[in-house]
Amino acid sequence: MKRTPPTRRSFLSLAGSAAVAGAVPVVTLRPLEATPAMLTSAIRNVVGEAPVRTGKVKLDIPPLVENGNTVPMTVRVESPMTSTEYVKSIHVFNEKNPQPNIGNFYIGPSAGRAQISTRIRLADTQKVVAIARLSDDSFWSTSVDIVVTLAACTEEVN
Amino acid sequence: MASALINVPRKAKRGDIIEIKTLMSHIMETGYRHTAAGDLVPRDIITSFICRYNGSEIFRADFFPAIAANPFMSFFTVAKESGKLEFEWIGDNGFSSTASASITVE
Amino acid sequence: MNRFRAIAMAALLAAMASLHAGEISGEQRRSGYSFMGPDTRAMQDDDTSNPAMLFVLDGEALWNKRTGSAERACADCHGDARESMKGIAARYPAFDKTLGRPVTIEQRINLERARRQDAPPLAYESRDLLALSAFVANQSRGMPVVAGDDPELKPFLDKGRDLFMQRQGQLNLACSNCHEDNWDRRLAGSPVTQAHPTGYPIYRLEWQSLGSLERRLRSCITGVRAQAFDYGAPELVELELYLMSRARGMKLETPAVRP
Repeated sequence: MKRTPPTRRSFLSLAGSAAVAGAVPVVTLRPLEATPAMLTSAIRNVVGEAPVRTGKVKLDIPPLVENGNTVPMTVRVESPMTSTEYVKSIHVFNEKNPQPNIGNFYIGPSAGRAQISTRIRLADTQKVVAIARLSDDSFWSTSVDIVVTLAACTEEVN
Repeated sequence: MASALINVPRKAKRGDIIEIKTLMSHIMETGYRHTAAGDLVPRDIITSFICRYNGSEIFRADFFPAIAANPFMSFFTVAKESGKLEFEWIGDNGFSSTASASITVE
Repeated sequence: MNRFRAIAMAALLAAMASLHAGEISGEQRRSGYSFMGPDTRAMQDDDTSNPAMLFVLDGEALWNKRTGSAERACADCHGDARESMKGIAARYPAFDKTLGRPVTIEQRINLERARRQDAPPLAYESRDLLALSAFVANQSRGMPVVAGDDPELKPFLDKGRDLFMQRQGQLNLACSNCHEDNWDRRLAGSPVTQAHPTGYPIYRLEWQSLGSLERRLRSCITGVRAQAFDYGAPELVELELYLMSRARGMKLETPAVRP
């Protein structure tokens, strides 16, 4: 190894491509981090100048994740989901990953229930924000603080 | 071997809200990792997932590198008629994969 | 900072008197599953959302695919895996008469490839080998582990036990220091399990992929700053044999999800 990883995080992240046939050994050095400004501007790209109200949206993520690489997440929005009153889309953002966006999910009245589940990556202890756009183009949001710890053991990049 | 796991109820009553679960095999390389030599491992992710019910789009998602590997996606739809649900994943480097499932609605 | 903490941890564990001295008794045994949070357990419970099932599906395809100069598929001799492979993984590692030593499922697959399919071995930790071993082991899901019963395995089992109890690496830790003496405590925020390999190959969230027990063992051994044995090394097979026999009676969960 020619280069000494500069931080504890990056040393501990010497992640396993260990002996995976054909794969290139990788290390994760501390990547650029999203800043609060990036988060704000990513949200602005979606909502524009419209006000964002708190409420209606529920974000289900385990408060202490088992592993930041794969974090189960469910977003639910209270809505009758009729043809006149429904959720158009759900947008999820984060605070400290290299990039502020996590995913955009487009549903509509045919969904019946405004609920999506997926698995996300969280690089560090941080805030996750979910914003729903309703059929009347109003925006509702919620945010949660998630604690992310690193795995105890590292793998040799070999 | 791109494989997909789809879970759609085989039968439903008209008007039922059904849950659709999908799993797609994909590394979702973030584009932020480096090799031991210091070179950037280029991004290679699925960027878009679409579901069509008898031809009309009922669900669409934009994925970013923060979506975990082997992306799992669960969403709901109202069972309105018998037919086919078609799924499409599109991503970097020309990645494209499709799957489908049938549903009988009575 | 990391080094300081690691050394402090090692000193603490080494100095601590064995609180759970000796092997964990029957009723106290718990699968790694029980140490996980509800969301991760839900991931394992649901075959339609367990990412490991993608590999099992691939394994099924490989089971049916003709390969090697013999142009033979596993299915050609073994038929429907649901019947022929039922109970197999629960008794592995098993004694191989020709080699005169125990072999793992992965090694058995490669031996069969050589002996019956005239096909080259699949590389350790390759996607194909993981998929096949996951598919085979999945056929024993829910069955109790019976590995290690064969009297011919005794000397290897003893070696495995010695390896489990032997301090190694710069941190001078034995497997037993954590997994016998300190299970249910935490190491850097994660619970220390009892180390029963009841779900291998597992989908490990840290790897974001399926991986074998040998990968996990090598990772742990590296974690105590020891030189890990190579894939397929007799020491790793002996360790696996000991660990499986230590888990005798517990139900196989393959393919499990673990953090």
